[in-house]
Amino acid sequence: MLASGTCGYGAELEDFIDLSKLGAIVVKGTTLEPREGNAYPRMAETASGMLNAVGLQNKGIEYFEKHIYPLLAEYDTHVIVNVNGNTVEDYIELARRIDRLAAIPAIELNISCPNVKQGGMIFGTNPASAREVISAVRNAYSKTLIVKLSPNVTDITEFARISEEEGAEAVSLVNTLLGMAVDTNTMKPKLSTVTGGLSGPAIKPVALRMVWQTARAVNIPVIGMGGIMNGVDALEFLMAGATGVQIGTATFIEPRTALNTLTSINSFLTERKFDSVTNIIGIINRI
Amino acid sequence: MSKRIEDLTVTENRRLAQSFFVVTVSSSAGLPEILPGQFVQVLVAESPSTFLRRPLSVHDVDYRSNTISLLIQVAGAGTERLSRLRRGDTINLIYPLGNAFTMPALGEKVLLAGGGCGMAPLLYLGRKMKELGVEPQFALGFRNRSRILEHEQFRELGTVHLATEDGSEGHKGFVTDIQAFRESHWDKVYCCGPEPMMKAVASLCLQRDIFCEVSLENLMACGMGICLCCIVPTTSGNLCSCTDGPVFNIRNLQWQT
Repeated sequence: MLASGTCGYGAELEDFIDLSKLGAIVVKGTTLEPREGNAYPRMAETASGMLNAVGLQNKGIEYFEKHIYPLLAEYDTHVIVNVNGNTVEDYIELARRIDRLAAIPAIELNISCPNVKQGGMIFGTNPASAREVISAVRNAYSKTLIVKLSPNVTDITEFARISEEEGAEAVSLVNTLLGMAVDTNTMKPKLSTVTGGLSGPAIKPVALRMVWQTARAVNIPVIGMGGIMNGVDALEFLMAGATGVQIGTATFIEPRTALNTLTSINSFLTERKFDSVTNIIGIINRI
Repeated sequence: MSKRIEDLTVTENRRLAQSFFVVTVSSSAGLPEILPGQFVQVLVAESPSTFLRRPLSVHDVDYRSNTISLLIQVAGAGTERLSRLRRGDTINLIYPLGNAFTMPALGEKVLLAGGGCGMAPLLYLGRKMKELGVEPQFALGFRNRSRILEHEQFRELGTVHLATEDGSEGHKGFVTDIQAFRESHWDKVYCCGPEPMMKAVASLCLQRDIFCEVSLENLMACGMGICLCCIVPTTSGNLCSCTDGPVFNIRNLQWQT
């Protein structure tokens, strides 16, 4: 799968990859109202990764329904919409409206965006708020509900359990880790918002640990992500217990990463004589 | 226009003044159409501290030899590694990216103003204009005489007005101090350089009601309109400098000029 915020609406990547070869694309974070996002600069390169503070820039659900959805409906892949709100009511309204879009089989409930002042990570770092919003969205949405979890918590498994208890079909993790960087020449923060979300290989060991913990704590599928750059990285997540993986930041550098990763996983399975990828999911707990 | 990802072969690495280089790369597949103002995203191999690609303006294109030239200023580990490329090395590019400068109409009087590394796209722009039958004039600014770049290459295409901050060559001061710039009539002005220069040029053009396009060099991660990091506030909201730009008409920018 392609991770939200790193594949646009898919069309941006069509010169490089055949989207129909992917399991799914999670299109970028959508909100009820249009959002301009945060001020420039929104990005800083860091050791083996990058910080971003985009702040969910998007044209809002109405524009999405009218102008983007018709294009997505033509794709020969699963299109999942990442959903964000300032309030529980926002999430409910969005879930209801996306539920009506026949070609969207699932939503990814984003309760983990670190770059917005309201909503986002506030829901994903407080167990009571998380339960309230997941429960409300579950009631409003009839199709597959995936909850995207924040790594910026002491115990991520608590949020995964809440998601499972409230009826989510899967959890995806991790969103970005809260971080920052300072420009020592200008003596200012590198991001307009001071803090932002760290992604890329820098977070992979942390993400992997959280995926392993979560996969042992819940019975619903865990979609792993965080710094996957190639097939070996993806295999690590699968062996640690992820049922699926998302490619995020790597796409910025090599737009073909997701397909290369798929090829490399398949070669591994053939070489090591596994009939199916399911045979290696969580294998580290069995060997 | 479709974008491609391709390994190209370095045919030349020409050292200019101080920390500036022109790296020329050749496409074995044959170049796609590249418009003046467009850029490439270069993958920097063997530089562990460089995570993202580096966006570089297309400095020149030669379709006969299927080569693209990139003007590089060493600014950090990534560009330092690129400056050490040698003939025969391979680099991976995503290109061509971004929009293009608006070409002038025949008979129009045009000025291409730039400075430092920012003048990179102006050479190819000038070349395309000349092919079209419009003789470009250039106003190029540098810190001092020893930092003048590509003077001969520009002179082949049209008149070059030079400015140096210390007066060691040409007019003393900035490009906006050049007499020809201030006093002649111009139908179109194109600018790429440090932000204070572009703002000064934009301000002069707004005052005199001259059509002016600038090429912005915002920080970006992807170059494909996905990451939404390189945004520019415009009269139509935040736009991506990688896909909606890098070339913008100054009237659409929210510059306090």
